[in-house]
Amino acid sequence: MERTARIVGSPVMKKDAMALVTGKPVYTDDIAPADCLVVKVLRSPHAHALIEEIHKEKAEQVPGIAAVLTWKDVPQKRFTMAGQTYPEPSPYDRLILDQRVRFVGDAVAIVAGETEEAVDLALKRIQVKYQVLEPVLDFRRAKDSPVLVHPEESWKSLCPVGADNRRNLCASGCDSSGDVDEVLSRCDYVVEETYHTKANQQAMMETFRAFTSMDAYGRLVVTASTQVPFHVRRIIAHALDIPKSKVRVIKPRIGGGFGAKQTVVAEVYPAIVTWLTGRPAKIVYSRYESQIASSPRHEMEVRVRLGADREGIIRAIDVYTLSNTGAYGEHGPTTVGLSGHKSIPLYGKAEAFRFAYDVVYTNRMSAGAYRGYGATQGLFAVESAVNELADRMHMDPVRLREINMVKEGDVMPAYYGETAGSCALDRCMAKAKEMMDWDSKFPAKDMGNGKIRGVGVAMSMQGSAISGVDVGSVTIKLNDDGFYSLMIGAADMGTGCDTTLAQIAADCLCCELDNIVVHGVDTDVSPYDSGSYASSTAYLTGGAVVKACDSMIRRLLEKGAEYLNAETDQVDFDGKRVYRLDGTGEISLKDMGNQVMCGNGKALEVTESNTSPVSPPPFMVGMAEVEVDTETGAVKLLNYTAAVDCGTPLNPNLTRIQTEGGLAQGIGMALYEDVTYSPKGQVYENSLMQYKIPTRLDVGNIQVEFESSYEKTGPFGAKSIGEVVINTPSPAIASAVAHAVGVQIRELPITAEKVYRGICQHSHLET
Amino acid sequence: MEIQVTLNGKTVRAEVRPDELLLDFVRKQGCLSVKRGCETSNCGLCTVWLDGKPVLSCSVPAARADGRAVTTLEGVKEEAEAFGRYLAGEGAEQCGFCSPGLIMNVLAMERELSSPSAEEIREYLAGNLCRCTGYMGQMRAIEKYLNRKGGCACGENS
Repeated sequence: MERTARIVGSPVMKKDAMALVTGKPVYTDDIAPADCLVVKVLRSPHAHALIEEIHKEKAEQVPGIAAVLTWKDVPQKRFTMAGQTYPEPSPYDRLILDQRVRFVGDAVAIVAGETEEAVDLALKRIQVKYQVLEPVLDFRRAKDSPVLVHPEESWKSLCPVGADNRRNLCASGCDSSGDVDEVLSRCDYVVEETYHTKANQQAMMETFRAFTSMDAYGRLVVTASTQVPFHVRRIIAHALDIPKSKVRVIKPRIGGGFGAKQTVVAEVYPAIVTWLTGRPAKIVYSRYESQIASSPRHEMEVRVRLGADREGIIRAIDVYTLSNTGAYGEHGPTTVGLSGHKSIPLYGKAEAFRFAYDVVYTNRMSAGAYRGYGATQGLFAVESAVNELADRMHMDPVRLREINMVKEGDVMPAYYGETAGSCALDRCMAKAKEMMDWDSKFPAKDMGNGKIRGVGVAMSMQGSAISGVDVGSVTIKLNDDGFYSLMIGAADMGTGCDTTLAQIAADCLCCELDNIVVHGVDTDVSPYDSGSYASSTAYLTGGAVVKACDSMIRRLLEKGAEYLNAETDQVDFDGKRVYRLDGTGEISLKDMGNQVMCGNGKALEVTESNTSPVSPPPFMVGMAEVEVDTETGAVKLLNYTAAVDCGTPLNPNLTRIQTEGGLAQGIGMALYEDVTYSPKGQVYENSLMQYKIPTRLDVGNIQVEFESSYEKTGPFGAKSIGEVVINTPSPAIASAVAHAVGVQIRELPITAEKVYRGICQHSHLET
Repeated sequence: MEIQVTLNGKTVRAEVRPDELLLDFVRKQGCLSVKRGCETSNCGLCTVWLDGKPVLSCSVPAARADGRAVTTLEGVKEEAEAFGRYLAGEGAEQCGFCSPGLIMNVLAMERELSSPSAEEIREYLAGNLCRCTGYMGQMRAIEKYLNRKGGCACGENS
């Protein structure tokens, strides 16, 4: 049977769409049992302190209180909350509750009670005596600081990531090829600048939440809004120090994740309450908690040295990244890697590169995974440096990229030596340029009313799954009347993977989409999948679907041949029936589905896993047109155009929405979103009032087109889409502002104040 | 205190705390389409109608709904589904968590404004945050929905 893209590539509606738009109760808090204990966390008012005394008796006396837990009541075995494949690169530096608190908002006690009022009252009645310690708040001074965030003996790092808790180092390392200093010394142009990206909150509309209960078998059932159900199972078992066989994790519909829910931020709290009391329990983070005690993007400071010859050929790139992991090391060692590995390889002609990094602990909220995962930070720096190089050379930054960008077939030394097997970056550039009408707009246009318009460009790449690590799996079963069940291990978090994976299955099995029913994640039922992160689902789990369908077809041919008294090579399958090639007999899929339910010794059920030795990058180009008010420095985004190469778009509607949504988040990062701290270490942006995610008035006009390559190792030629789309707005907008008013902003976000100060300084220098 | 509310056309008598929010009240009454996204009246997820006008149920005490009519998505199912189909047709529901609040405000806008321009639509819905879609797909859906009977003065990309 030939495999053709029929449903793949068509804009079908998500299978769960109508339930979502009609407000059906399908999310965690909607389906939590009514008798759940309400669980809340008492949080530290200090950035760094030891709990000298903690008295909970008065809290326990509040009517309706079922449990009050302190550090004395929880297992003292360290674990990580990072949802990563075991052994996790993130250090084991957490306890559910610790005697040492490491940031304002760190957990001090857990209270569970029958009503929210009782819990709120009990929280107030817990008496804590702190020994307040000096914190490390500045990440530039954290390495080798006399103040240690994790002095404890029980801290451990499972992987060789260059971590050392005695130096406040969560990770450190260096990767290079060629003699970067020597090549730089021979370059005609060298740009050397430092760029600073700030922490950003994923700000998914549904905050962190989970509920837990004990089942009839004495097992702990965790229903959680998570991207990583199988990692949650392991992490809960580690945190509670119980066998993994005792934990089952179910993922319902999720109200967004963007990486935030790749960290087990909230699940351990109700889990330990239920494990100790036997009673169902739930936690629903407030937006306040989601802003101050969650898993935002790592703040990074990236120093770039970029060298080019007279013609503009970029010959050497030297990147040093300092990353702030905050109080705990979740995703610290891995995010930093992308700041170099997913920025430097865009430039295919460099003879030498060096990428060095340190990831430091500080007494700030722990960072985590956020869409882009370090690439976003690195690309702001490298793409800004390339734009600055173009400006210094008085060269069009589009032209500079055209002569330097990685092309299909190029080997990428800074990307683990992988070859760009599918790359339409050149076509993306041409398309974006045409969409923006770049040639008529570059570099700027004075509108004559105190406002100047400018344009800027940036490129981006990401990966498709973590090569050699991530696993995607599905099970396919044939049921009565010939419908299939697709049991998915990857977490649909609104992205629509339950649907796109079914599209792949429908085309592989040559049936209608409705003939594939899908089941989201239940760790007792679904095959193991590392989870929905690292841009892995379409590429990796999609590949597992193709493999599973191939296996299912083999199984159908075997069984069909048996029913038709033929050999396997004498029959074929066309999606509706198995038939003898000589035309003497056939059996329909429906009849087979029913017949195997009687007197059958081999189930028509297959499970396949998929992993990949490569991580083919999707690529894109983004262009921004801004209008800067020279009186105030205010930046208004007018147009954003983007051309994307994600391989084959499996569902053009969903890839488009992913792109537009990722760009909007990138625009928020570029212009509005910031996490700042008081001198005592308290987060200022603790609500959506202060933390300004873009509204529909703030994103300008976003236009997206696809320039597809075909990735041979991906399902139907697909690569990933989820993350690559967030990376271009910061460098493109910064450059557009620079072209408009001559002010290059190197610290995000690009606020009116920074631009205005830059304009003042600029005119001061000129006069 | 006891209140009497006409919730989605049905009379409901209930005991509420003086500080109980309308959001928590309607969820307790089983209207689970209504979501909480923040505590500061910024996100629009909890939009319901009070006497036919859209309000943020997170900033209205339940007591204030006494003697009044409250409508949630559950009360305008058919209309919600009609517009929801356009939203889903663009893939613009994505995670879906903000969809009920957006839909309530779109339906309110449809009642309040005739032939709104793209700018008017954006302004009317500015309080409905969405983190997934970048708003463009929602806009395409809204324009197509309003245009189904010629109610929108907005053109493409306007």
